[in-house]
Amino acid sequence: MSQFLEVSNLNVTFPTEDGDVRASNEITYSVGLGETLAIVGESGSGKSVSNLAVMGLHNPSRTKITGSAVLNLSSGPVDVISAPTESVRKLRGKEMSMIFQDPMSALHPFFSIGDQIAEAWHLYNKGSKKDGIKKATEMLELVGIPDAANRVNDYPHQFSGGMRQRAMIAMALVNNPALLIADEPTTALDVTVQSQILTLLKNLQKELNMAIILITHDLGVVAEFADRICVMYGGRIVESGSVEDIFYRPSHPYTLGLLNSVPRLSSGTSHRLKAIPGQPPSLIELPAGCAFAPRCEYVSRVTSGACLTQVPQLIEKSTSHSSRCHLSAGELNNPVKDKA
Amino acid sequence: MFSYVSRRLLYTVILLLIVSLTIFFIFDLIPVDPARLVCSKQCTPSLVEANRHRLGLDVSVFEQWWRFLVGLFAGRTFGEEGIAITCAAPALGYSFSRHECVTTIVAEAFPFTLSLALGAFILWLSVGISLGVLSARKKGKFADRASSVFVLVGTSLPTFISGILVVLFIVLKFNLVNPLELGNWHNPFTDPFGWLQTFFFPCATLALAYAATYTRFTRSNVIETSSEDFIRTARAKGLSEKVILRKHTLRAALAPIVTIAGLDFAGLLGGAIITEGIFGLNGLGKLSIKAVTQTYDLPIIVATTLIASAFVLIMNLIVDIAYAFIDPRVRTS
Repeated sequence: MSQFLEVSNLNVTFPTEDGDVRASNEITYSVGLGETLAIVGESGSGKSVSNLAVMGLHNPSRTKITGSAVLNLSSGPVDVISAPTESVRKLRGKEMSMIFQDPMSALHPFFSIGDQIAEAWHLYNKGSKKDGIKKATEMLELVGIPDAANRVNDYPHQFSGGMRQRAMIAMALVNNPALLIADEPTTALDVTVQSQILTLLKNLQKELNMAIILITHDLGVVAEFADRICVMYGGRIVESGSVEDIFYRPSHPYTLGLLNSVPRLSSGTSHRLKAIPGQPPSLIELPAGCAFAPRCEYVSRVTSGACLTQVPQLIEKSTSHSSRCHLSAGELNNPVKDKA
Repeated sequence: MFSYVSRRLLYTVILLLIVSLTIFFIFDLIPVDPARLVCSKQCTPSLVEANRHRLGLDVSVFEQWWRFLVGLFAGRTFGEEGIAITCAAPALGYSFSRHECVTTIVAEAFPFTLSLALGAFILWLSVGISLGVLSARKKGKFADRASSVFVLVGTSLPTFISGILVVLFIVLKFNLVNPLELGNWHNPFTDPFGWLQTFFFPCATLALAYAATYTRFTRSNVIETSSEDFIRTARAKGLSEKVILRKHTLRAALAPIVTIAGLDFAGLLGGAIITEGIFGLNGLGKLSIKAVTQTYDLPIIVATTLIASAFVLIMNLIVDIAYAFIDPRVRTS
């Protein structure tokens, strides 16, 4: 599988009066056509930030971005971080698209659904207004809106939440982009609608051979949907690997903590969900060592005390699996006993 | 849509009736007797009674109101035979201090008020919106700061100060307008330059305060709308910043401005008392203030009050209908 997007050493910093917010810290990942990469982490871990940088959606006057994000287009590779703003704009919607968390507010309330989809199509295609609406209707049919020919004239407020997210997907895919970034696409939706939307994305991916980056905090969604996973914490990728690696062989305490905080139907006996104690770190003043160290129950295992002084390097566990932890492999499977 | 408009139209008519009746009641309560005022020095009780009859004040308030309404549509005859005066429809009453039909008086004054209001409206909308958009786009930069100075000056200078300053410098000191020409009527279609001479400075004076408020309002609306999710969506689609601003941001940011602009304009159509006074424009504002303070000309007061409120109600209707076109969410609810 050739990689379509290759992000390497991407740093995104927001200068503020209180200091620089390092929202995305030496991020490296890649995703190939037909593949789904999930980026997982809690709120404020910098999940969306690196992807907004790839899309070029940060306000350049308030953001410092370094590193590279290369799109391997058929016309040749383009680094969207260093490319001129105007040429990145012309890739948006055409080569890469994005859908957002809240479909309620992501559509313009004053324009009809059809007009908004057609607007995106007209940007990169020549055609009459009628052609645009025809294309919009086709797209709405593709994403499973019933009676699309009539609904195409509806306004966003006449659509339900799930239908709006479908319309957003239709709009994002109208120019057949190679990469779709889905930023928590199901968070604002009902559980039943969530699975419909995910199934839709999965089917569309097969049909259109897209690369998908799925940003989420829902591990259930990830398990079902992703090929590979990046777990983010404090603006860094702390662990990345295949779904099997992350779910069956987690090698970072934070990943383990995330997995333990998810209820499982299969576990049989009822047990309390284990929460990760403490709060996520401030991205302005990251701890000197591992960002997760203050909340990590394994800190005492690393006798050198490196957890508090040194940022751990990304260590390869296998070809597909790497993790940023001072703990040697295997020790994580030997859980710390509760003191009580 | 049709039922929405016709329902709103019906409400407006009902409201107009209620407002006009209220006006008649209010003026009936005021302890001034117009019948005595128009009486000469040798006034006798019988003369007052006769006047009261001539003025049509010897009947109940309801009756007076009804006669007024009928007069609006059918015209009205005042006084007895022989000295009877007929005002054609729409008759707003008869002024006994000026011996003229109120409709004629109002028709003379209205072009002044309309010119002033319309000129000021166009000025303040174009200045306010463009400055507001500019300072929103250049937030924190020099252009934004300069425009915030303008906003501060505009909002803190009352019209009676800025108007007097304009008259003092532009008319009296620099003689840009002949002081003797001040307030003369020129037909804007046959003599546009003369019209501009009369109305440009009054319009600018009146527009100053409004433009400042609209600048601030536009600026904050554009900034707020720019951070909306749907603007981010527009950007993610690949639209250029120009299209995003023109089509997506402004449409949403300016929608609320339609409401206030309509009502502000309606308010001015009732007469801009201070500006008309300063620049000697014989508009509705000057007419009503004179009727109230000098002649106590009840029919004129009733007419100007009613016209002012009718403008507000009608503009309200227009704004509501316009809003339904702008915002599809209003249409369906």
